[in-house]
Amino acid sequence: MSESIILVEGLTKVFNAKVKAVDDVSFDVKQGEIFGFLGPNGAGKTTTIKMLTTLLKPTLGKASVCGYDIIKYPTEVRRSIGVVPQEYTADEDMTGLENLMLVASLYGIPKSIAKERAEELLQLVELKDAATRKVSTYSGGMRRRLELAAGLINHPRVLFLDEPTLGLDVQTRTAVWQYIRRLKEEYKMTLFMTTHYLEEADGLCDRIAIIDHGKIVRIGTPQELKASIGGDVIELGLDNDADDISALIHQIKLVKEVKRVNSHYRIKSEVGEEAAPQIIELLRSKGYHVTRISLTKPTMDEVYLEYVGRNFREEEDRTDVMTRRAVLRRARA
Amino acid sequence: MKDDTIAKGLTAPEDQSVLHGLWALTNRELMKWYKVPMLLFMSLIQPVIWLGLFGKAMNFGALFTGQSFNIPGLNIPKQVLDSISSQIMENTFGTTDYFSFLAVGMLTFVILFTAMFSGMSIVWDRRFGFLDKILTTPVSRGAIVMGKIFSSVIRSLVQAAVVLIVAVLLGMDISKFSVTGLLGTFAGLFLMTIGLSSLFLMLALRSTDWQTQMAIMNLLNLPLLFASNALFPAKLMPTWLEYVVRINPISYGTDVGRQLLLGSAGMASLWFDFAYLVAFAIIFSAVGIILSWRYLTQ
Ligand SMILES: Nc1ncnc2c1ncn2[C@@H]1O[C@H](COP(=O)(O)OP(=O)(O)O)[C@@H](O)[C@H]1O
Ligand SMILES: [Mg+2]
Repeated sequence: MSESIILVEGLTKVFNAKVKAVDDVSFDVKQGEIFGFLGPNGAGKTTTIKMLTTLLKPTLGKASVCGYDIIKYPTEVRRSIGVVPQEYTADEDMTGLENLMLVASLYGIPKSIAKERAEELLQLVELKDAATRKVSTYSGGMRRRLELAAGLINHPRVLFLDEPTLGLDVQTRTAVWQYIRRLKEEYKMTLFMTTHYLEEADGLCDRIAIIDHGKIVRIGTPQELKASIGGDVIELGLDNDADDISALIHQIKLVKEVKRVNSHYRIKSEVGEEAAPQIIELLRSKGYHVTRISLTKPTMDEVYLEYVGRNFREEEDRTDVMTRRAVLRRARA
Repeated sequence: MKDDTIAKGLTAPEDQSVLHGLWALTNRELMKWYKVPMLLFMSLIQPVIWLGLFGKAMNFGALFTGQSFNIPGLNIPKQVLDSISSQIMENTFGTTDYFSFLAVGMLTFVILFTAMFSGMSIVWDRRFGFLDKILTTPVSRGAIVMGKIFSSVIRSLVQAAVVLIVAVLLGMDISKFSVTGLLGTFAGLFLMTIGLSSLFLMLALRSTDWQTQMAIMNLLNLPLLFASNALFPAKLMPTWLEYVVRINPISYGTDVGRQLLLGSAGMASLWFDFAYLVAFAIIFSAVGIILSWRYLTQ
């Protein structure tokens, strides 16, 4: 129905002839949608964005943005897109307004129009009062908002956002989500974003691609993804870690699948409410003692666990620590 | 895949010339300098200190004039000694006064140091993500490098002008100064700084590590300075070193200045000096811009 604005076919990036950061990735993004790349740290999200925004040359495969091939027409691609990179890129020695004016001039936007747009955008991201202050005095949230404004200065048809809420507090994160929704609704902009926050992908994106180890493992709307993992999930812990009782649980008709994850079991069932009592019953009769049990209706968490197969919370904590370290390092430098 | 269809109807009224953004990028670099009075002051004071200390301390002229020689059986009048000494100075340094000789060398020295830092700034830009940001805009890759070169050229020439003024205040010989001489000198320095800035930018294009970059700069800067005629005349150096001096572009920038400001006999003819500097500037800036096309994007 709607037209594709980003087309990607077999995109691959190999670093130093050995690290396959992005591995044969194909997808398309429709005009006017918010498309999310969800995956753990090191999955290849930034590398993909860098190729689509012409910063990196693909090793293999092809892609087009707004109808322009990214290898043959990089300048045209650059003209039609906006980019909000993962790091803060503004020049700290200049004010917010000066930064926007500089970026505008790199797009060849005449000064009078640039001034108008810069002020409009500073209003949008609520930085009007700080516009003439040096960026070095900005907080993390303010910097992120300035990056967003800079990404919009050329009124792009597609905006690329790389982890737009990384390291932000809850309040600022919610504000950034609001801006993103407004861009889609009021300006009919297409947004391509990466994130490792599940709530973000779930609440914001029209479609999500889950990426891990450079490969897309699943694409769909949040609803489709949740439905795809097949119903409810029962998590079960036993006092006895030693035996693997997967086969035993599988005997129950209502159980569709059993997986052992670390020291507990993930059990899938269309009707979790009915399966759970039967499982407890059966295990007790075999002499096992259930120490804890939970029943979850599918969420993005479940989807993620299913396809990435690692505990997401652990990933997230680790990433946050790494981000903090990176910020510290920069502060010291 | 409809990759070759050219999308139509871009709304933004954009200037699509190759050079848009060049001035903005140049001005960004300059702003960091003129908006921070401390930095401006420091960058000007350094060569002035060198000039004052080095130039005045190495008072070669006093080797002969400050003393009287008492050689038994010979009664050499003072005037003869003085005239011999100024003859020696003239032959060696092309002027009777080492301070004036060195002042011209200092002009090239300050330019060498400023050019070095233009390479540094691209390393910082890469490190802080600014470079990636501007690379996602349609600004021409060449403009990114040219912006750095231009800002470095402007800074260098302003600093060189300040050094010259200070040198005159400290007693540089101005008897041979002329307007054309000054213009010619700065034209030579202009060419030299284009070439040097391009050279240091090229060395920094791929670098993400400022420590390596610093090491490269330190490895190059003093040899470039000492293996030139900036501090000492080439003709008194060992032959092998004299060859190096004759390749070193810094020697030619200095040679132009000495001929035009002090009326010295040159290391080469003015025409050759300028031809060498023009070639140096054109070749290095062209190579710099070509490499920036290739290497700014990975
Ligand atoms: N310039 C590079 N050189 C070598 N390896 C790289 C480079 N950039 C990224 N990688 C590697 O590629 C993989 C994917 O990285 P990245 O795309 O940044 O992941 P993400 O953004 O999903 O966290 C990682 O293993 C990373 O170490
Ligand atoms: Mg990333």
